[in-house]
Amino acid sequence: MTTRFAVLGAITASLLATSAVLAARTDLAIGMVLEPPHLDPTAGAAAAIDEVVYANVFEGLTRIGRDGSVQPALAETWTIADDGLTYTFNLRDGATFHDGTALDAGDVVFSLDRARGDETTNAQKTLFEAIASVEATNDDTVVVTLSRPQGSFLYNMGWGDAVIVAPESADDNKENPVGTGPFKFTNWAKGSAVQLDRYDGYWGEAPALETVTFRFIPDAAAATSAMLAGDVQAFPNLPAPESIPVFEADTRFNVVIGSTEGETILSTNNAKPPFDNLKVRQALAHAIDRQAIIDGAMFGLGTPIGTHFAPHHPAYVELVETYEYDPEKSKALLAEAGFADGIKGTLKLPPPSYARRGGEIIASQLREVGIDMEIVPVEWGQWLEQVFKAKDYDLTIVSHTEPNDIGIYARDDYYFQYANADFNAVMEELDSTANEGRRYELFRKAQEIITNDAVNGYLFQLAKNGVWDAKLEGMWENSPVQANDVTGVRWVD
Amino acid sequence: MFAYAARRLLTVLVTLFAASIIIFAVLQVIPGDPARLMLGINATDDAVANLREQLGLNAPVYARYFNWLADMARGDFGVSYTYSAPVRELVGERIVVSLPLAILALTLSTLVAIPVGIFTAARHGTATDTAAMAATQFGIAIPNFWFALLLVYIFAITLRWVPAGGFPGWEDGVLPGLRALILPAIALALPQAAILSRVTRSALLETMREDYIRTARAKGLPQRRVLWHHALRNALIPVLTIMGLQFAFLLAGTIIIENVFYLPGLGQLVFQAIQRLDLIVVQSVVILLVGAVITVNFFVDLAYAWADPRLRHRTQ
Amino acid sequence: MSDRDLIATEHDDLGQLFRRALRNRSFLIGLIITLVVIAVAMISFVWTPYDVTKLTIADRLKPPSAHHWFGTDHFGRDIASMIMEGARNSIAVALVAVAIGTVIGVPVGCWAAAKRGAIDEVLMRSSDVVFAFPALLSAVMITAILGPGAINAIIAIGIFNIPVFARVARGAALAIWPREFILAARASGKSQARITLEHILPNIANLLLVQGTIQFSLGILAEAGLSYVGLGAQPPNPSWGRMLSEAQTMMAVAPQMAIAPGVAIIVAVLGLNLLGDGLRDVLDPKLRRER
Repeated sequence: MTTRFAVLGAITASLLATSAVLAARTDLAIGMVLEPPHLDPTAGAAAAIDEVVYANVFEGLTRIGRDGSVQPALAETWTIADDGLTYTFNLRDGATFHDGTALDAGDVVFSLDRARGDETTNAQKTLFEAIASVEATNDDTVVVTLSRPQGSFLYNMGWGDAVIVAPESADDNKENPVGTGPFKFTNWAKGSAVQLDRYDGYWGEAPALETVTFRFIPDAAAATSAMLAGDVQAFPNLPAPESIPVFEADTRFNVVIGSTEGETILSTNNAKPPFDNLKVRQALAHAIDRQAIIDGAMFGLGTPIGTHFAPHHPAYVELVETYEYDPEKSKALLAEAGFADGIKGTLKLPPPSYARRGGEIIASQLREVGIDMEIVPVEWGQWLEQVFKAKDYDLTIVSHTEPNDIGIYARDDYYFQYANADFNAVMEELDSTANEGRRYELFRKAQEIITNDAVNGYLFQLAKNGVWDAKLEGMWENSPVQANDVTGVRWVD
Repeated sequence: MFAYAARRLLTVLVTLFAASIIIFAVLQVIPGDPARLMLGINATDDAVANLREQLGLNAPVYARYFNWLADMARGDFGVSYTYSAPVRELVGERIVVSLPLAILALTLSTLVAIPVGIFTAARHGTATDTAAMAATQFGIAIPNFWFALLLVYIFAITLRWVPAGGFPGWEDGVLPGLRALILPAIALALPQAAILSRVTRSALLETMREDYIRTARAKGLPQRRVLWHHALRNALIPVLTIMGLQFAFLLAGTIIIENVFYLPGLGQLVFQAIQRLDLIVVQSVVILLVGAVITVNFFVDLAYAWADPRLRHRTQ
Repeated sequence: MSDRDLIATEHDDLGQLFRRALRNRSFLIGLIITLVVIAVAMISFVWTPYDVTKLTIADRLKPPSAHHWFGTDHFGRDIASMIMEGARNSIAVALVAVAIGTVIGVPVGCWAAAKRGAIDEVLMRSSDVVFAFPALLSAVMITAILGPGAINAIIAIGIFNIPVFARVARGAALAIWPREFILAARASGKSQARITLEHILPNIANLLLVQGTIQFSLGILAEAGLSYVGLGAQPPNPSWGRMLSEAQTMMAVAPQMAIAPGVAIIVAVLGLNLLGDGLRDVLDPKLRRER
């Protein structure tokens, strides 16, 4: 009796093993917090668009790899003229759009001209500002001429906003995206999921997955339960850091805490009294206990930062100790600035939990030193209108997720309302410098200037709380750009 | 009867028109620029201006209102700013979740409530009656989203009988769809069932006191027979009224439950559209929901008038 | 319903009322629960076990203990203290929302009943329009415009209380108007406004009181719902609904966080519902509907 069962068991086990080898899974459901408003990365700023289509559906001339480096994509090779103004791109052979038409130089000219033209609705028009002209010299060659040398040009061309689209399909990309990537768009159940299927005519190596479904789960608790219940097999950035211990304790899951480009900062209105006073801003900086914020709001996940720069970047300068947590010093600075009786103001908080939770903690920390900030939660629409555009705010908390974006401090009309001629000079030089060593030097200088000026309260670098099935391989650990590149993802046993 | 129906229909149209003005006016004062929201913080001002033009946001307010009305009259509910898809399509995609959910919840609640109502009415004043009524008090007091949390914790996370949320669509068959809807339906049905069983019970008790029922009983008909044959039929109208209202509520009032279970329903569509300033979606869907409520009320009124001819002449 | 039923209190003296109240189980239990909830809210003004505005991150997610009866939340705050202060918020929001409904709705309803005809029709159709809007969705929209916060939650809930009270007042007043003592008052030359004030209002007060209790309990549920989606009272003021939504993501690590606010809502609503039911029976024995 026992033997028979043992034999049966062995047979079943071997059968199971064989079938598993024969048919490794080729489908994947990925959880995302936000649903993209539409699927055209060249006509919207929502990160969720890139998180679905970047590298999967659409490709640019270059692409940003998992380590943040610039890699060839639709441009197989390129040459840069000595003056740094002329870039000649040689396009990939055999690249086709999902509707079957071949990619040619005309499509590239069309895409770049469309993005920088007067009629554009491109959310990152500044990426294309340095371009003077785009020409197709033959079917496979595009020459881009810049009006000034731009060190970051190849990087810029790797953004989702710079992907190559076809004139025939460009207008419909919002609803029915047609790109050149290894996955083609199949279906979008609004409010629920986007499905991509493998594109057989892809020019490069075919991906291991046949079907990828992006499921949109805005609720942190629902995200956790969906992952636990297996409804989705990967959550590249789980919105509930509090649940991470649950997944770490469960062998079915792999937890990978990676880095993002998101500098989470206490943005300060530098033009609005009393925050136009350096001493007041320094008092703010001394009043903030970063570790308590990271522990309380992000359950310990996040790296403290002392400036507006990603800690994993080679040019990062550790400035966390410039303003150590010291409430007494903070009070003293306030008194010196003439605000011994305290300060009242508002703290406007956009929807993400880092802002809402972090804001609650910061408000409590600021109360300790006599700064009484009223918490005003706002939706993104109101945030953009009131804080970003009208600059009607005192303090707010936002994670600036664009990579390498310290240049925003040089924009005069930016919502920080920060103006420093020295800083602007550094940025100007940076923009026209291609030498990497010199660029890093300038980056370091820039970081020190803004930290010395205590422009904003620098809190922490957002972590990427990756959770996925332990049998999945090839998911991105970090997010150097906002993308869920699944071209290299496969199931293993 | 016909004249009465025509008169009620007119008030329905006037109500709808008034509601359309209210909803449109309210949305005009929501702070925020939809185009800016779509393009984000790095967008240049001319890119935002281009998008505003594309979305038709630069037309004067009254023109946009009348265009909207005219389009709706033709059955065109506009095109979502963010999804770039017709609102009718979006509603179509969501109604296949919201409608079955509402029906399922109402069915569950009715299946529980009507027997409980009859049972307790028949045993009026007994300990069973008291206990059941105490239970319904609890049912009404429990916030349904809290109840939903407990259901998820027990049946999805701990026992793993059903998915924690999400909706697989009806393409894979009815069963997976029903599995996804059962917990939210239970959560929605609980307070509804509590209310409905109380209404059923009191409607029954009330009709039992009416003269003709007393007569029937005086004639020696057994109480059970009286209950089933006479009282029940007459108690039906208040019960149906409540059910009609509950159905309209379930269609629109499920935002929170949809959120807990991340169901792509109508409530979630409007909730997200408000956050994304997708005004055309908000106004069109809300007016559709208002229309649904008014229609339900219209038929309830007709049913009343049909049952009680005196009502036809009272309002005027 | 005949008008005779509506004004039983007219002939009841307080002693009778009191004795009837003491015999009514529903009323007694409801009253005790409601008084306890109110007492807890009052005590929180002068004393709570811990300061809820002070965050102690090191003490977060502690299970219930002698120090923290219901444990601590994700910021290390004492949940028992938050429940106490949250009661304050729930009561304040629901009570003011009822007040808005009464102050605007009752005069409107009485006016409609006094004038009848076109004014009545217009007012009642307007209330139909308000009723036709899905309440929670509309509250979400209102708070989207005004911004989230306790005051705006009150407005959003209060607006939907107006037609409720208008209808109840109108219905009850309509039943009183044809009565003989009103006819007598009219014959003596009193104005409609004065009759409403002197005769109608005292006679419909009991119904309004019952309705007020019901709307109060609905208001607590509505506030919890709004806070749950983040549109109610804002930090640092605790609110039961927001406590629940914060607890939701922590069900797997700290389920105790969800228990206390949920139970608090149930107890408060249950108490008010029982009180309302009991009140109806006590004030109006002839109207008793076995609800």
